[in-house]
Amino acid sequence: MTGFLTVVRPGLFATVQDLGRFGFQELGMPVAGALDPVALRLANALVGNPQGTAGLEIALLGPALRVDAPSVRIAAVGPMALTLERDGAAPQPLESHRSHTLLSGDVLRLGAVEGASVACLAVAGGFALAPVMGSLSTYVRAGIGPLGGRPLAEGDRLPLTLDAAPDGPDVELPQPPDYGAGPLRVVPGPQEDRFTATALETFLSATYHVGSQADRMGLRLEGPALEHRGSADIPSDGLVTGSIQVPGNGQPILLLNDHQTAGGYAKIATVISADLARAGRLRPGDSLSFQAVTVEEAEAIRRRQEQAIAGWLRAIRPVRPAGGIDLEALYGENLISGTVDIVNGGSDLPLL
Amino acid sequence: MQVRFTSAGDTAFNVEFGETIDRATNARVMDLHARLKAAPPPGLVETVPTFRSLLVVYDPVSTGRREMQAAVEAALAGSGTAPAEGRLWRLPVCYDPDLSPDLAELADQLGLSAERVAALHGSVEYFVYMLGFMPGFGYMGDLPAELDRPRRTEPRVRVPAGSVAVAGRLTTVYPWESPGGWHLIGRCPVPLYDGNRPDPVLLAAGDRVRFEAVDRAAFDGIAEAASAGRFDSASLRAA
Repeated sequence: MTGFLTVVRPGLFATVQDLGRFGFQELGMPVAGALDPVALRLANALVGNPQGTAGLEIALLGPALRVDAPSVRIAAVGPMALTLERDGAAPQPLESHRSHTLLSGDVLRLGAVEGASVACLAVAGGFALAPVMGSLSTYVRAGIGPLGGRPLAEGDRLPLTLDAAPDGPDVELPQPPDYGAGPLRVVPGPQEDRFTATALETFLSATYHVGSQADRMGLRLEGPALEHRGSADIPSDGLVTGSIQVPGNGQPILLLNDHQTAGGYAKIATVISADLARAGRLRPGDSLSFQAVTVEEAEAIRRRQEQAIAGWLRAIRPVRPAGGIDLEALYGENLISGTVDIVNGGSDLPLL
Repeated sequence: MQVRFTSAGDTAFNVEFGETIDRATNARVMDLHARLKAAPPPGLVETVPTFRSLLVVYDPVSTGRREMQAAVEAALAGSGTAPAEGRLWRLPVCYDPDLSPDLAELADQLGLSAERVAALHGSVEYFVYMLGFMPGFGYMGDLPAELDRPRRTEPRVRVPAGSVAVAGRLTTVYPWESPGGWHLIGRCPVPLYDGNRPDPVLLAAGDRVRFEAVDRAAFDGIAEAASAGRFDSASLRAA
């Protein structure tokens, strides 16, 4: 008998997401997927899943989930408080960036997401939901994906693939992921030639703010207007997550995961893949600026980021119990001592 | 035969075959799309055909721009094979006034009768240049030149699903309720997106479409059958 996570309170906007629905953009199908793919990958690793397993993406305020299964292992990554309510005990805060093994009847309350737009929750084994076009990502605008393509609602039962939590100790990341700082790196184009030289200079030197119109489709940015050479309109062509299109009013729009597959506004630049998690974490009011790099530089930055993520994954270790020696933890530590060294010496592998 | 490569970051690039919306340019896009689909280079994620360019999406971890562009150039240089001809669909459309809120005004602007606009709209076979805007939204052309008008100056906040619309030399059917700026001249009772179908999206780039006028009773009958899951969309395929 398969267990469930039952949605006791839905929160404000929690959706099932994996790393995106690729392969159907020619039909106009947006990719969707986790706004912060780094968080989803790490959360999955903490519960022993393949990195692309679908989890919950939580925006604004998280849901409360009751464990209707003998046990389940979960992990959250991102700036969100977790509280465990266990029968007969006072509510207990749980740490993010590590796994927890919850028991039947436990209620996990996911709090407000603060400091970034989203946080991620992964469950060991993933959810036993039917993929739509090969993916469990939710595209709310057209109701495509699991649960009818909508955010969690009260009473939803999320079926678990595993009957119970896997054997073995809970594990932790030694520290939260480092997303880096500074300007978002962009590759100019594909239509940089549709803008004046002044517009390009302004784009790469000015500070922009995320406006109030910000959602999974994209972020309307506010700042100095960017002037086109001639019209802002082009024959509609393909878009990617990270495309920065500029309509006639000159205010850029940074497109995120639910972007349309094609668009008719000239695009001044594209955020590089290594910085998409940072872009996806932006919230209204955040400020940002841009720095130009070449495609080759973007590829090298992405490779370094993947090395850094691989280092974080290798550093995952059994949780040390507070104030005591745990032989199992010690044993685990010995097994992975070599990788701990790599991470400690890994400061030359930063995200940025 | 000049082809231009433009960068869309480190996960994609465009292969541009021109600046205009025409069948010859689009045929080259679809040809490259078909070739890369038939023999995908390692690391290719997908290709997205649009009016005059193909977006080549790749995995920057397992491959890179240099390798992928070389593979695309090799595919371009390969011997030409005409892509398979797209399917022909006959889509019912009802032009009744309450289903065509912009028909009278558009007819007025064009100096034609509403009946003439509807007749012209149904008089030609359209080509699906590309899909975009929303899942299943087809950009079809070419609309007869007599019907060429720019988009509405005031886009609508809510366009009903199934709306048959025109703008410039293009026509479409809105698969979903959405905002939209095209002129709404009729309604199609067949869902262009239906999650219960094995292939939820009806049209594909390269398909051809004929609109066939139906009266209100036929429209209601098809709409009811479709919403009850009793309408076989394969019946819309022309033999």
